[in-house]
Amino acid sequence: MASELIDKYMRPEHLPHIWCPGCGNGIIMRDVAQAIENLGLDHDKVVIVSGIGCSSRAAGYMDFNTIHTTHGRAIAFATGIKLANPELNVIVLAGDGDISAIGGNHLIHAARRNIGITVVVFNNNIYGMTGGQYSPTTPRGEKGTTAPYGNIDRSFDIAGLAYGAGASFAARGSAYHVQQTISYIQQGISHKGFSIIDVAAICPTYYGRKNKKGSAVDMMKYQRDNAVMQDKAVTMTAEELKGKVIIGVLAQVNYPEFTKEYQKIIDRLGREAEERERK
Amino acid sequence: MSASKKTEVKEVKKTATKAPAKTTATKAERTKMEIRLTGSGGQGVILATIILAEAGVEAGKFVAQSQAYGPEARGGSCKAEVIIDEKPIGFTKVEKPTFFMALTQKALDQYAPGLSKHCIVLLDSSLETPECLLANKVYKAPILESAIKEVGKAMTANIVAVGAINAILNLVSDEDLHTAVMSHVPKGTEELNEKALKVGMKLIKK
Amino acid sequence: MGKTVLMQGNEAVVEGAIAAGMRFYAGYPITPSTEIAEQSAVRLPQVGGKFIQMEDEISSMAATIGASAAGVKAMTASSGPGFSLKQENLGYACITEIPCVVVDVQRSGPSTGLPTSPSQADVMQAKWGTHGDHPVIALSPSSVRETYDLIIRAFNLSEKYRTPVIFLMDEIVGHLREGIEIPDPKDLEIINRPVKKFAKQNGLPYHVEEGEWVPTMLPFGQGQRYHITGLAHGESGFPTNDNATAGKLVRRLIDKVEKNYDDIVQCEEVMCDDADVVVVCFGGTARAAQSAIEQAREKGIKAGMFRPITVWPFPGRELEKLSKKVKKIVVAEHNDGQILLEVQRVVKNNCKVDFVGKIDGSVLTPPVILSKIEEE
Repeated sequence: MASELIDKYMRPEHLPHIWCPGCGNGIIMRDVAQAIENLGLDHDKVVIVSGIGCSSRAAGYMDFNTIHTTHGRAIAFATGIKLANPELNVIVLAGDGDISAIGGNHLIHAARRNIGITVVVFNNNIYGMTGGQYSPTTPRGEKGTTAPYGNIDRSFDIAGLAYGAGASFAARGSAYHVQQTISYIQQGISHKGFSIIDVAAICPTYYGRKNKKGSAVDMMKYQRDNAVMQDKAVTMTAEELKGKVIIGVLAQVNYPEFTKEYQKIIDRLGREAEERERK
Repeated sequence: MSASKKTEVKEVKKTATKAPAKTTATKAERTKMEIRLTGSGGQGVILATIILAEAGVEAGKFVAQSQAYGPEARGGSCKAEVIIDEKPIGFTKVEKPTFFMALTQKALDQYAPGLSKHCIVLLDSSLETPECLLANKVYKAPILESAIKEVGKAMTANIVAVGAINAILNLVSDEDLHTAVMSHVPKGTEELNEKALKVGMKLIKK
Repeated sequence: MGKTVLMQGNEAVVEGAIAAGMRFYAGYPITPSTEIAEQSAVRLPQVGGKFIQMEDEISSMAATIGASAAGVKAMTASSGPGFSLKQENLGYACITEIPCVVVDVQRSGPSTGLPTSPSQADVMQAKWGTHGDHPVIALSPSSVRETYDLIIRAFNLSEKYRTPVIFLMDEIVGHLREGIEIPDPKDLEIINRPVKKFAKQNGLPYHVEEGEWVPTMLPFGQGQRYHITGLAHGESGFPTNDNATAGKLVRRLIDKVEKNYDDIVQCEEVMCDDADVVVVCFGGTARAAQSAIEQAREKGIKAGMFRPITVWPFPGRELEKLSKKVKKIVVAEHNDGQILLEVQRVVKNNCKVDFVGKIDGSVLTPPVILSKIEEE
């Protein structure tokens, strides 16, 4: 099955990818492809938008209309694409630094607007492309090359942040929980409005080594053994949730979608103009 | 259509070489109206100049309207200008006003020193004429008061002013002025502004 | 020609852009360009187009490029501080060759400066604002009517050469109202990007045909899949670290503008045929210069005006020719001497070059320029 998926949705001539052995990005990229396959989307009507960072290279490997933009701005480019042609399924692939640090403003405003794009976050808790600096999702106390004595910042919960800002669909997956993550991405793409799936990735090369997390396999096992479903997580205290990997749909709400609302304005103005002409 | 290497189409350069405008220039000085209206932000002096410009266009003249204002939307001092001329306008800002209006003392005190004796001046009756004002022709009219008492809305002061200004300067026909006012006032306020325009015209005794 | 209407420079940007086919605008409010956003918000949905107020200037530039990649002619507008913020994505549009028009209604800087006061100090920023070597086309209008015509040309050049075009306005023209005759849409020349499917799926989206300067372009969602990246890329559109490929790309990006000088560059010469002194100026400053040279002529001085309409590429060939005929050039601009550098580069020792500028937010007036013309 995997090879069929590669033939259909990847660009084999541009593989192998640049990601390190054991990196979680490949799994998440495959999850996205599988979700698209399961939904039976028109290949040519899918646009993949990415920013800058390790995960953003995924756009180049996937055989759709793909655009690899500037650091942090993928959602803003995607907004222009979606509004210009609402027929397109616009999917943003982004890392944690890309989407919540330099691109944080675009994330909250796209969520607030509830524009119908889907954001899949490859959340590996570190800046991998530049060599292991701490990111907005690096847990407090953990290390990065720019947090040599331990990170003193508090970390962002990206799905929660987006939901708080108005995202109408927010879920969390992980590199280990493939079936669940595929399902969440599917639900996100089908959802009419802004959707975000924050997927816990693994970075054995930088985050893992810096913080003595063991091998890639150890890091995957950690995700398996420390996963808590969203339904259960809401009953647990912050202390109990420390170090846990929360999986599940955080929220699904129906709000008016931006491009549809805009089209209503165009239609109304068109009708009014027609009426004026008739008079 | 394409940016082809082979077809290097040389577009004709716009090279307007005009004959020296010696004779027309002196004539133009006589017909050129340089109008400066001042007041405080929110009084509508910008709209007043826009309406005068619009009327100028209606009358087939060349116009250039511009404004200068501070960061405040309301209350800061505001200067708006319009040049109306028979020939194309070069410099778009008023250099030597041929007409000046002030609705606030602050604006009057600020701009009065720059006015020549040939400039026609219109002041709201509430203002005190500063000693430095050299203008030979100074009209005083209760613009702000008339807007409140006669028209019934303080915010129509700018339209009252427009009526008064045209009565003094005869810039355009009453009809062109009326058209210009109507095209710039909000729907539902036409009657009110029509009244304001008439009140303004009557403020100036012919 | 239709009826003459009173129109503000900023409004003319929008009306001209819509006539050129603009159907997408993304922007953020900033003085003195805000009227462009406001007018776009009113007008675009009336013609089936889209307006969006983004969260900042950076995203406005990004959304504009995104919309254009989806096949819609797109524009954004700003002023100094916002123009600074747009620079990174402006470079992205250059390297990915996605057409778009970026309006900068210049105001006094640096930083927040004098927001409501005119300036022309973004000339060099327009050329060098985004990092790296890249092509620049920047047009500057000096009247409301010219704004209408020139914004159409901005779109045409952008589409034809697949490059962002900077519309370098100033507060003088942006906030100026004049009577203009709106041309009949039938009389307008409108150029659209060269759209063509590639030979095969995932073909060579950046392949340039023999004898052409730019690749054809297929908007997203029209049946062929390909990749766009801001990384150096070859004709496949995929990233490369190959120096030869990267060098070839940047060379072509620059050359497609520089080598089409005759097609792109425009300038105006006024009363230059017999002139001894020529004022070089652009944008709103030309209005003061026009009055100044007329006044000089009245005094018996043979004065003329040379006005770059394309500020970039700079009309150096025409100015060089002129500089061999005149005794003196006076450069007049609302900055501390930016176009002056280009003039000096071009003129060399052919004639004397004088300068009169403004950096305090006030307007250069005809008497100030005239006294420079008169100076020995």
